[in-house]
Amino acid sequence: MVLIFVELDNGSIKKTSLEAVAYGAAVAKATGTTATALAIGTADAAELAKTGAYGATKILHANAAELANENAMAYASVLAAAVKNENAEVVILPKSGLCDAMGARAAAKLGASIVSGVTELPDVSNGFKVTRSIYTGKAFATVDVKGAVKILGIKKNAIEAVEGAGSATVEAFMPALNNGDFVAKVTGQEKASGELSLTEADIIVSGGRGMKGPDNWQPLLDLASALGAATGCSKPVSDLDWRPHHEHIGQTGIKVAPNLYIACGISGAIQHLAGVNSSKVIVAINKDPEAPFFKAADYGIVGDVFDILPRLTKAVKDAK
Amino acid sequence: MKILVCITNVPDTTAKISFTDNNTKLNKAGVQYIIGPYDDYALARAVELKEKLGGSITVLNVGEAESDPQIRKALAIGADDAVRVNAEPTDSYFTATQIAAIAKEGGYDLILMGRESIDFNSGVVHGLVGEMLGIPSFSPVMKLDIEGTTAKFAREIEGGKEFLEAPLPLVLGCQEPIAEWKIPNMRGIMTARTKPLKVVEPIAVGDMATLGQYTLPAPKGACKMIPADQAETLISLLKTEAKVL
Repeated sequence: MVLIFVELDNGSIKKTSLEAVAYGAAVAKATGTTATALAIGTADAAELAKTGAYGATKILHANAAELANENAMAYASVLAAAVKNENAEVVILPKSGLCDAMGARAAAKLGASIVSGVTELPDVSNGFKVTRSIYTGKAFATVDVKGAVKILGIKKNAIEAVEGAGSATVEAFMPALNNGDFVAKVTGQEKASGELSLTEADIIVSGGRGMKGPDNWQPLLDLASALGAATGCSKPVSDLDWRPHHEHIGQTGIKVAPNLYIACGISGAIQHLAGVNSSKVIVAINKDPEAPFFKAADYGIVGDVFDILPRLTKAVKDAK
Repeated sequence: MKILVCITNVPDTTAKISFTDNNTKLNKAGVQYIIGPYDDYALARAVELKEKLGGSITVLNVGEAESDPQIRKALAIGADDAVRVNAEPTDSYFTATQIAAIAKEGGYDLILMGRESIDFNSGVVHGLVGEMLGIPSFSPVMKLDIEGTTAKFAREIEGGKEFLEAPLPLVLGCQEPIAEWKIPNMRGIMTARTKPLKVVEPIAVGDMATLGQYTLPAPKGACKMIPADQAETLISLLKTEAKVL
């Protein structure tokens, strides 16, 4: 049996989680078994049943007031209980901070193999071999996964999720919670509201030092809003506090894999490229024709970002 | 305050990655090794906490002898002693089992490491170690203070941060801006030479995951340059040619 954990965001299943369901369903098909999803937190039955359209036959739903915060330790306990309950041999999680943390703790509870950053479907013809991203996307490695229970963290775009027609049966699942998982007290939260998440976004518009200062971001934000894109930045920009730290994309920041990445005034240092090299299509806009980003990009424009960005925004709006 | 800081020995962030031996080994020629950048933040915060609260810092690496220069650097930055588990860290579960065994022996109040290593980017070792020790784990932690036996810290979450309090002992995966990286001074470098570095053999772990072949990504095609005065055509190319709009 293949068990897939799906992440909820305000009651909706995240897109990367639907990809995880499609991935899990494909693994189930290849190994002659079924796929069951697991969701933790508040969501209505119709939303949960949607996992069926991506190949899950059933979805377990754990919901309790104590699980309202994304508490990785409590979530790991629920996940491990579900694995035991369903006799799952393969567990799929989308790659995210929460999923890495809960997958790790569940792996230790279960004595399971855990492989993170998986980029393709496994080869099950002889054993269970997966391909994973290493060196921040600079290379890949095959891994022979040998544990009786195998936990895989899959990267965005590891599979193309195609919505089908099915509907999953929703089943309440509520194992006993451990007090030990609740020793930490959340004393506050600062969260930008209404922002598109960088790891989920299909399009990202990102700015570097070429934007020349925190007050010059409006043309970039305008293009992002016209495209329905999330916004990111390079390390120098977040170090200078021009943009918040959670927008920092790169080797020591967030690694992204959108369909389209538009870099504005970013030179393309190798550490930044490491965070964006999983993007499908990269556009670089820079006034320096020698900027290294042009070597990593699919489309390039040499020019002044403050001239080009408003024109691109207008072109997007005109094309609608 | 007894702090254990786990460090990785990894290729520099600017390293060009290539492979040898039929794509089964990293080509180490010309590659410079460093303390993992996230681990370096963890170490820097540990040194600050020790300065403030007293206590000791043990640095731990799961790695082969080639890690020793980086371990000495950590000692020069301010760790008191070091342990190296003599094994190549190619699987998270294996690595975490080694760390958990050393941690259990030492009875540490705080176990710090980077949010992830920059060679495998798994980001799961802190969670594994926490569960193996039966203590809480959190990541990525970007601010950390200790008051008595309570840790007060901030964790990055999607689109912002969360502030937490938890009793020690804890395992934390760290990232910037928890502290500024520290550069060893001459006195540190001199004293690091004589600080104890204990090498121990790994404990056996069942075979969980074995690395096979490495591959490099397919080379990128040439960048299509669009003249600045025709910038608008980019949007139609993204629609019709790249099909991403």
